[in-house]
Amino acid sequence: MTTAQATEKSVKKFSLLKVFRESRVAQGLLLISPANIYLFLFMILPLILVTVLSFLSRGTYGDVVFQFNITNYTRLFDPLYGKIFIYSLEVGLATTVLSILIGYPLAYYIARAPARQRSLLLFLILVPFWTNFIIRIYAWIMILRAGGLLDAFLEWAHITQHSLNLLYSPTAVLIGMVYEFLPFMVLPLYTSLEKIENSILEAAADLGAPPWRVFLRVTLPLSVPGMIAGTILVFIPAMGMFVIPDLMGGAKTILIGNVIRNQFLTARDWPFGAASSMILMLLTMVFTLYYTRKAGFGEELLV
Amino acid sequence: MSEKKPPVWLRVYTFIAYLYIYIPILILIIFSFNTMKLNVRWQGFTLSWYNVLFHDSQVLLATRNTLIIAFVSTIVATIIGTLAALAMQRYHFPGYNASETVMYIPIVIPEVVMGIALLVFFVMIKFTLGLVTIALSHIAFNIPFVALVVRARLHGYDKSIDEAAMDLGANEMTTFWRVTLPTIMPGVLSGALLAFTLSLDDYVITYFTAGPGSTTLPLRVFSMVRFMVTPEVNALSTIWVLIVFIVLLIGQIAQSRRA
Amino acid sequence: MKIYRLVSLLTLLMFLFLSACGSPTSAKLTSKELNLYAWSDYIPQQLLDDFTAKYGIKVNYDTYSSNEEMLAKLQAGASGYDVTIPSDYTVDIMIKQGMLQPLDMSQIPNFANVDKRFINQYYDPGNKYTVPYQWGTTALVYDKTKVPFEPKSWSDLWDPRFKGRLVVLDDEREVTGMALQTLGFDKNSTDPQQLDQAKQKLVALKPNILLFNSDDPETSLITGEAWAGLVYNGNASLAYQQDPNIVYICPTEGCGLWFDNLAIPKGAPHPDAAMAFLNFVLDAKESVLITKEFPYSNPNAAALDYLKTSDPTTYDAYMAFAGTNPSADFLAHAVGVKDVGDATKLYDQLWTDFKGQ
Repeated sequence: MTTAQATEKSVKKFSLLKVFRESRVAQGLLLISPANIYLFLFMILPLILVTVLSFLSRGTYGDVVFQFNITNYTRLFDPLYGKIFIYSLEVGLATTVLSILIGYPLAYYIARAPARQRSLLLFLILVPFWTNFIIRIYAWIMILRAGGLLDAFLEWAHITQHSLNLLYSPTAVLIGMVYEFLPFMVLPLYTSLEKIENSILEAAADLGAPPWRVFLRVTLPLSVPGMIAGTILVFIPAMGMFVIPDLMGGAKTILIGNVIRNQFLTARDWPFGAASSMILMLLTMVFTLYYTRKAGFGEELLV
Repeated sequence: MSEKKPPVWLRVYTFIAYLYIYIPILILIIFSFNTMKLNVRWQGFTLSWYNVLFHDSQVLLATRNTLIIAFVSTIVATIIGTLAALAMQRYHFPGYNASETVMYIPIVIPEVVMGIALLVFFVMIKFTLGLVTIALSHIAFNIPFVALVVRARLHGYDKSIDEAAMDLGANEMTTFWRVTLPTIMPGVLSGALLAFTLSLDDYVITYFTAGPGSTTLPLRVFSMVRFMVTPEVNALSTIWVLIVFIVLLIGQIAQSRRA
Repeated sequence: MKIYRLVSLLTLLMFLFLSACGSPTSAKLTSKELNLYAWSDYIPQQLLDDFTAKYGIKVNYDTYSSNEEMLAKLQAGASGYDVTIPSDYTVDIMIKQGMLQPLDMSQIPNFANVDKRFINQYYDPGNKYTVPYQWGTTALVYDKTKVPFEPKSWSDLWDPRFKGRLVVLDDEREVTGMALQTLGFDKNSTDPQQLDQAKQKLVALKPNILLFNSDDPETSLITGEAWAGLVYNGNASLAYQQDPNIVYICPTEGCGLWFDNLAIPKGAPHPDAAMAFLNFVLDAKESVLITKEFPYSNPNAAALDYLKTSDPTTYDAYMAFAGTNPSADFLAHAVGVKDVGDATKLYDQLWTDFKGQ
C-alpha cells in the first residue's frame, strides 16, 4: 500500500465519520436502519407473500391454486361483512373509551406518586399479565358465571338475591376486554404524564388556576401523545380480538377477527382470508396515520 | 410531576383499580389449591397440583423456552425500537413516512395473518422452525410497541437540556448516555416491560412459527385447558406471580437500603 | 497385562454388539428422537415414557387444537414431524394432497388388535396410510333433573322452555349438520337451498343458545347453567363423571361420528421411530392407558379385553355409558362429517351470516 492510498483511505474514513457527526439526515438514517432492515426482512417480505396470496384462489381441498382473480375482494362487498366490520368497530371503540376512563386516573396517580414508588406501582399493573391469558379469562368466567363468585358475594352481602347473569353477555365481554387491554393504555399514559414538569403545574397554580383548570388546560393537553399511543395499542388489537368475545360472550356474535381466523383455520380459504386481512390492515393503517398526524406525533419535526 | 399528596378520591379510586386488576389473580391462586380436578367450584384444600406441576417435564421445558424467547426478544426489540423512536422523533430523513408506516404494520396486521405469513416465509427460505424462528417473530412484533411507547416519552422532550450539555463540552455520545438516555429511561423501561409481557403471552404467532420441541408455555397451557381446566395451570400461574413478587420485593429492599 | 486388557475389551465389545442385536432397541431403530404432532392432551404421558423406556427414543410432543390448525401448518410446509393424528375427513384431504407417507404394515403387527369395525373406512380404504387411534360421536346431551321433558329428537332443542339454556359446539360443520339432519337432509349436503333452510332453522334456535363452546362445554352443564346441548362424547363423559344425571343420546334424526387416526406425514425425519410408535400405541396394555385417562371410545379390541380382566371397574364404567360405548342402535344413525370441497365456502358464509344476525 502506498502512502498516498493510505492517506486517501484515512481521509475517506474521516469524512464518513464527519458525515455522521454533522449531518442529521445521516444520523437519523443510522438510527432508523436497524428497525427498517429488520422489519423489511421479517414483516414486509412475508406481507408481500400475503398480498400475492390474496389474488389467488382456493383449491377444492383447501390448497392454494395459482389462478389470478379479484373475487376475494369483491366478495367482501357483501353487506354481511360490512355489518360485522361496524360491530367490530363498536367493540374496539367501547374498549378504548373505557380503558381511557379507567386508566387515566390510574396513570395519573402513579405519575404523581413519590419517585421511588413509581416503578413498583407500574410493575404491579403488569404482574397479573405475566400469568397466562387464557387462565385469566377462566378466572373471570368463574367470577361472572351465574351462581359464581360475584353472585355469591352479592348474596352474602345482602345486596341482591338474584343472579346478575353477567356471563355470556356484552357486559362480560367489555369487562374482559378492558381488563386485558388496560395496561396498554396505562403504560403510555404514564410515560407522558410522568415527564410533565412540576414547575409548570406550580406556575399555573400560582397564577390562581383551580386544580381542575390546571388539569384541563395543562396536564390533559400534555398527555395527549400518551393517549394517542395508548389508543393505537388498545383500539387496533381490540378490534381484531375474538378470544374474549368467544369465551366470555359465549361466541354468539362474530367479529372481524373471527372471520379472518376462520378462513385460515376452519374454511381453509387462505386467499379470502388474506384479502380480508389486507382490507382490514389498510383501513386501520389509514386510521392510525390520520390519527397520529392530526393529533401531532411528528409535529415538532415539521416546525 | 408533583409529589404533593393526591386527593382522597384518587387514592380510593386507585385502590379499587388495583383491586380490579388483582381479584382474578387472587381467585386463580386460591383455586390452585382446589381438590376438584375439573376446576369449577371449591371442593377442598390440597397441595397436590404443585407436585403434579413439578413433575410435568413438558411444562418445565416450555417454561425454559418461554423465558429464553421473552428475554432475547425483549432485549433486541428494546434496542432497535428505542433507536427507531429517537430517529422518528428527533430527525428527519428521506423515507421518513415510509419508515413510519412500516413501523405500524406489526400492530395493524391480524395475528393469524402474521403467523401464517411468517410460517410460509420461513419455510420458503428453508429456515428450520424452532426457538430461533419464534424469537425472530417476537422481535418483529415487539419493535413497534417499544418504539411507540418511547416516542410518547420523547414527544415534547426539551432539547435545550441536550444543547446545554453540549455547550458544557460534552460530545454527542456522552450527551446521549448521560443526559438523553436517563431522561427517556422510564419510557424505555415501560416499552421493554410491554414487550416482555407480549412475548410471554403470545399464542397465535408462536403457534405458527414453532417447530418440533419448541413448545412455549402459552401453547402448553392452551392445550392443557382444551381438554380440561385442572388446577395445575392455576398452580403454574401462582408460581409465576410468586417469583415476580419475590424479585420485586428484593428490588425494593435493595433500593431502600441504598437510599 | 496388555493382552488381558485387550481380551477384556474385545469381550466387552462383543457383548455390547450381541446385546445390541438381541434387544429390539437398536436392532432396527437408528433414530434417537420422535417428533409427535398431536391433539392437545390426547396421549398419556405414561405411554410416552414407556415408549422412551423401551426404545430409548426421546419423544417431543407438540400440540394442535383442531384438524385445520394442523393442516394449516403442514400445508404451509412445516416439516420435522414424524407422527400426527388427523380425523377421518382430514385424512381424506391429506391423502388427496399427498401429505401422508404409506405405512409398512409388516412393522405394525399390533394392527391385528384393532376391532374390524374400525378398519377399511372410506377415508383410507385398506388402511394404507393410517391406523385408528380413538373414535367417538357428537350427539345430544341433557341433564334429566333440569329438563322438564325427555328429549328424543333434535327438534326438541327448539322448545321455548330451553330459552338461554343450550350449550352448542362452536363448530360450523357439526352445528349446521345437526340442523340439516333435523330437516331430514344429508349431514354433508352441498345443496345451497338445503343449506339456506338449515340457516333459517339455526337462526330460530339462537334465542335458546346460551353459549357456543368447543373446548369445555361440559363445564356449563356441570354448573347447571346449561341444561342440554350438542357436544362430543368426551365432553358428555366428563360431565357424566361429575353428575350422573347427565344423559347422552343419538336423536331420532341421527347424530355425528368421528375417527382419529395415527399417520406419518411425508418427509418425516424419523420414519423408523414413527412405525415403531404406531405399533406401540396399538399394543393392548399401552392402549388401555389411553382409555383410563381419556373418556373417548377405543377401537382396540384387544385393549378392551385386557381392560376387562385387569380393571373391571373401569371396564364396567366404560361399557355402561353411551358416551364411551354407544349401542348398535345409537351408531345406526351416526354420520360423520366429510370434506365437502368447494362447498366449504357455502358453510363458511352460512355460519358467518348466522352468527352475524
